[in-house]
Parts: sequence; structure tokens; C-alpha cells
Amino acid sequence: MTELKHQTPLIDELEKGPWPSFVKEIKKSAKSAAVQDLLGVLERSYEEKRGHWKHGGIVGVHGYGGGVIGRYTDLADEFPGVAEFHTMRINQPSGWFYTSKALRTLSDIWEKHGSGLTNMHGSTGDIVFLGTTTPELEPTFKDLTDAGFDLGGSGSDMRTPSCCCGPARCEWACYDTLNFVYDMTQTYQDELHRPAFPYKFKIKAAGCANDCVAAIARADMSVIGTWRDNIQIDQPAVKEYAESGKLDLQKDVCDRCPTKCMSWNGKALSIDNSNCVKCMHCINAMPKALSPGKDRGATILIGAKAPIIGGALLSSVFVPFIKVEPPYDDFKELIAAIWDLWAENGKNRERVGEFIQRIGLGNFLEQIGLEPIPEMISHPRANPYIFYEA
Amino acid sequence: MEDLSVEKVAETMYGMVKDYHGKKNLKATDLTKAMIEQFGEACDKQKCKEAIRVIIDDGRCTYSYVGGSYIVLNPDYHPAS
Ligand code: SF4
Ligand code: SF4
Repeated sequence: MTELKHQTPLIDELEKGPWPSFVKEIKKSAKSAAVQDLLGVLERSYEEKRGHWKHGGIVGVHGYGGGVIGRYTDLADEFPGVAEFHTMRINQPSGWFYTSKALRTLSDIWEKHGSGLTNMHGSTGDIVFLGTTTPELEPTFKDLTDAGFDLGGSGSDMRTPSCCCGPARCEWACYDTLNFVYDMTQTYQDELHRPAFPYKFKIKAAGCANDCVAAIARADMSVIGTWRDNIQIDQPAVKEYAESGKLDLQKDVCDRCPTKCMSWNGKALSIDNSNCVKCMHCINAMPKALSPGKDRGATILIGAKAPIIGGALLSSVFVPFIKVEPPYDDFKELIAAIWDLWAENGKNRERVGEFIQRIGLGNFLEQIGLEPIPEMISHPRANPYIFYEA
Repeated sequence: MEDLSVEKVAETMYGMVKDYHGKKNLKATDLTKAMIEQFGEACDKQKCKEAIRVIIDDGRCTYSYVGGSYIVLNPDYHPAS
């Protein structure tokens, strides 16, 4: 390992234990002055219990308002290697599928122009390149575009849409998440690269309610796969589960169904599908015996956010069931209506979920032309914002 | 004003960014609202979007991030004239 320039007794503690350590990984890449000084700044932050980074400003590639996050340390004299340590976000392929050649290409580009440190992937889903200087931004961008990659979103724009691996690897996918996200990414190139919103807007696509991309907790618009007919049951396979002794059908499956709509009489499993909320629990428990219905589509939810400003929000159901088929015109109409209203009336740094809370769901729905429906109510009598007239 | 061109909107937007420079940061929506107010029906959001593209792509303006994304004068813009 390369000899370290700075003593780092505090962060060395984070190398101990059996779990992965980001300090260990950074040290492995400590060939450059930038990474050496990054370790120095990090140690200083642990000593002083405060961060030494500023971000923002005018920094980016020509024509784009997103994809580059300017980062600078306020200790540039002491740690000149990270005086500028900008982050670049690269639009990941749908479902994060790479060839090893593509990964090598990305790594080569980043070792040539930046620190070599990456974060695979950021919480939005992008490939994150950590640490470069302003003069290296355009050359990095050129090499990326020559290799077929583009920058992702940042700032007040549509962030890079992301999705689970969907039908490419998962039999539970209720729609083609990969194609949906590819289409959204191509359709909204302008919104992705040219920030024009009050704040960020994230679209995440999950093929089923397992929500492997955590859409419901993070995305302004979550598209979560579901079905509207009956769960498919293979009764002999159910029996096999019961006889295997590995699963207690009553205790582990039926009793854990959130709506208690399943029953097991020792011979057959029955489901009252009209009360099934498509939570995926039983299917996860018995994947060989149960699978989503055949009439598949998605639920659209709006308004989640992680707690950067204000508190966290989970998203709320807007459209309980929609077929997800190209060219996705219904989605695009809904997105256009939401963006129009929010862009015109949202406050600076107000996410769409917060905007809805401020103006009231009833007003929001009226403005975008959606009818209120019972599925939008999370708890009976707890959501006073919709007034039903007899 | 039927034939309001994108270039005319871009020029007016650029003037606005110059006027506000150092006083207030403007967002894409601020510029769009101001143009629609000034030019009325001859202007629309699409035209404003294209005009923003013009002033960014020709280098007169650039994006800046100060707790949100703004359109500002490009400090590196040095027209040949
Ligand atoms: S969200 Fe559902 S469909 Fe997508 S990968 Fe996870 S389990 Fe499969
Ligand atoms: S999907 Fe969920 S709600 Fe539906 S039957 Fe299975 S456990 Fe019950």
C-alpha cells in the first residue's frame, strides 16, 4: 500500500471489524495527492466533529446545469489536493447492467481525469465519480460521451430516473421497468440536463411492491408494479411447502397477511383477492407456489422525499392501477400536469410532496385534473383534505 | 407580436439576467414568467425553454447552484467583438 501523507488514527478505527470499510477502500486508492489529502481532511473532520466541505457555485460542463456538483474544502491551504474535489454523476444504465468492458472503461476514464474513487451507486442511482478539478470536467465529459455515457441530474432538475432489474432477472416484475426508465430518460433529456424546477424531481420504477429501488421512500414519482386479478396459485407446490416443514403456512404466511385475506385448511390455500392489497408477502414466502396475477400494471405514487430539508415523506397513491405500456402517454400527461403546476407555484427547494402538503391534496388534484378516490386516503378519517359531497 | 422569435426572447432574457446581476439570482421559472408577462400570448413556455437553451448554449449565461439552480451571467463569456 502507498505510504500515507497524513496520520489518521481516528478514521483508522473505521477499518476494524469484519464489515466493509470505506476508509480501507480509500486507502487502497491513495496514489494521488487528492486521495491523500482527502484522508487528511476526513481525519480533521473527525477530530473537530465538523465537516470541511463547501458545495455549489458555477461549475459544470457546457450547456448542462446538472451532473456536476462543485465541491471545495475550506482547508485548501493545508490540503491543496482537495482544494477542488468535484463530484460527477453519470447516468447509469437501466437496472445497472454493465459489461466488464464498460466498467473498465469508466474506471480508466476516472483514473485519467479524477481521483479514481467512485460510489457505485448514489442513492438516486447514478454512477458517482468522486473528486476532480474544474479543468478536468470537460475532458472527462468528452471521454464519457465518446464511450456512450452521459451525465445524470443534479440541482433543481429531473434527477436520473432509476429502476430495479425488472423482467431482465426477476419473475415478479409486473411491467418492463427497464424500458419505462429508458423511455423517461430519453423523453426528458431537457429536464434532466437543464434545471427548471423549484427543486429536484425523482422518478423511480419498481417492478413489484418489494420495491427494490426504495421508490416509496425517495421518489417524487414512484411507479410500483402490481396486478388487479387474482394471485396465481399452484396448489401442489403449496402442499410441498407445507409438507417440507420449513414453513408454517398458518403462522408464517396467513397470519402475516396484512389484510388477513388468506386461509389454509391443511389441504388448500385460498385467497380472498378482493381484499388482497398486493403487498407481496405471501409470494415472497412461497415463490414456487404463488405469483402475481396475469393482469399486470403499476400503481403511481407521488411525493416521497428523504429528510434533507424538513422531514421525510413517504409517497401517497395517486393512480391505483395503470397499464404500463409504451409510449407511456398517460404517464407523460400526468407528469406534464404536475410539473406545470409545481414549477409555476412551488417555492424554492420545495419538493412536490411538500408542495402538495402546503396547498392541500384536494386543490392539487383539482389543478392537475385528477378525481379524488378512496385509495388516496392512507387512514380513514385521518386525511381531512378531501371533502366528499353527497 | 405574432412572429415573436426565440432569439428576441433570448435577448430579452439575457437583458434581464444582466439587470439583476449581483442583486437577485433568477431561476428558469422567473425568466419564463417574466417573458410571458412581457410578451403575452405571443410567448409560451416552449419558446422560453428554447430561449434559455440559446443563452446557455452560446455561452452568455450559465447555470449556478446556490441552494437551488439559477441562471447567471457566465464569467467566462468573452465575445470576440
Ligand atoms: S422490485 Fe420486485 S420486480 Fe423489481 S427486482 Fe425487486 S422483487 Fe423483482
Ligand atoms: S399479497 Fe399480501 S395482502 Fe395479498 S394475499 Fe398475499 S400477503 Fe395477503
